[in-house]
Amino acid sequence: MAREQHDYDDIPGTFVFDAERSRQGFGINMFCMSLMKDENRKAFKANEAEYLKKFKLTPEQTEAVLKRDYNRMLELGGNIYFTAKLGATDGHSFQHLAAVMTGSSQDDYAKMMLGGGRSVEGNRSKSGKDRPAKAGKAAKPKAKARSKSRSKRG
Amino acid sequence: MARIIAGVTSSHVPAIGAAIDNHRTEEPYWKRVFSGFEKSKEWMAKVKPDVCIAVYNDHASAFSVEIVPTFALGCAAEFPPADEGWGPRPVPVVKGHPQLAAHIAQSVILDEFDLTVVNKMEVDHGLTVPMNLLFGSPKEWPCPVIPLAVNVVLYPPPTGHRCFMLGRAIRKAVESYPEDLRVVMMGTGGMSHQISGPRAGLINSKFDKAFLDNLSKDPKKLMRMPHIDYMREAGAEGIEMVMWLVMRGALDDKVDEVYRFYTVPASNTAVGHIILANRAKSAKRKPVAKHKRAAARAKVDRIRS
Repeated sequence: MAREQHDYDDIPGTFVFDAERSRQGFGINMFCMSLMKDENRKAFKANEAEYLKKFKLTPEQTEAVLKRDYNRMLELGGNIYFTAKLGATDGHSFQHLAAVMTGSSQDDYAKMMLGGGRSVEGNRSKSGKDRPAKAGKAAKPKAKARSKSRSKRG
Repeated sequence: MARIIAGVTSSHVPAIGAAIDNHRTEEPYWKRVFSGFEKSKEWMAKVKPDVCIAVYNDHASAFSVEIVPTFALGCAAEFPPADEGWGPRPVPVVKGHPQLAAHIAQSVILDEFDLTVVNKMEVDHGLTVPMNLLFGSPKEWPCPVIPLAVNVVLYPPPTGHRCFMLGRAIRKAVESYPEDLRVVMMGTGGMSHQISGPRAGLINSKFDKAFLDNLSKDPKKLMRMPHIDYMREAGAEGIEMVMWLVMRGALDDKVDEVYRFYTVPASNTAVGHIILANRAKSAKRKPVAKHKRAAARAKVDRIRS
């Protein structure tokens, strides 16, 4: 069944981790959770594909993990606080993962952050609702949830 | 009678913890962040609370995706630091206050806030980083801390309104505790940041500053802000800021802003920090507060029905 559309699906470059994704990504996230133990990190590194079999991932999820396609993992139900444990297991800093997910070099990403981060201007909405929401004002009904395809993967 | 004397909020960026643990606090990048908390540490040392109640979120440390409680109150005697993948942070074990925690659980659940009671829990950077920022790096933490874990990882987190009202209920619970304790509420998380997906790195200082202004002077404005506004404006993970409203709900309507600090960035995040103190003479206002609570409850009932 197709994923139910939500107002937050209109936010560009964002996969909101909701109950539906948490069910879909249960295996990815429990796999990542297992990496909190050193012996598991070693077992995973010794034979990644074999280790993953314990977690009942779909073939797409397995591929995303093996390829370290972090955006795809999020799209398939992974959550960033969990997938970050995979990054740590690989010895990467969080900024490295952020750079990978945004399709930039770590150096460029760090420079963007030092320069004040990614601007919200032009990054609010896929469907053109690109005006600031006033903190505190009641929500205007978000007219139509976007219906086109979801954000492109890098 | 116990009472809440002040509220403090702070971001809880893990990289801040790493900078402390790896002795990098004097590097210019990090000094900019840590210098903003010098006054706060002095303030905390002067105020010397008997207990802190710390509203924070777990980051896949104590709670996986097996069970995701919306509000979980730490009622244990102690909370060891969690191994987040690099070994536990070298910080002291957090000592709780089981008696006050049990009292709060009982009071707020009967007040219709369905907390999860947690008697065994490890705590991650979400709690220990703000503690470092406010207490420094002592051998033992200077006071017991009751952790209140709020789910902001799995959408939807509780609404800002619900968080604020929980703060109110906690205040009522604290004020019905017989021992004379001076309690500081801590809110953690935020400010604007997105750490996931192609939009990672989003920062919105304008939003953050307005949020701080309203938190201080007009928190009711924030209570009705829908989640989509947090996520759109302040990043998918910026929604953590709802936790600050639990802190704010536990304070008086009118408070003194003691201190504020804001800087961008710490790693991927805008760092915000504010200290709000209840004005003295709170005893006098009690009937009014009670009346307001009743009115607020009636309002909630109206909304529910």
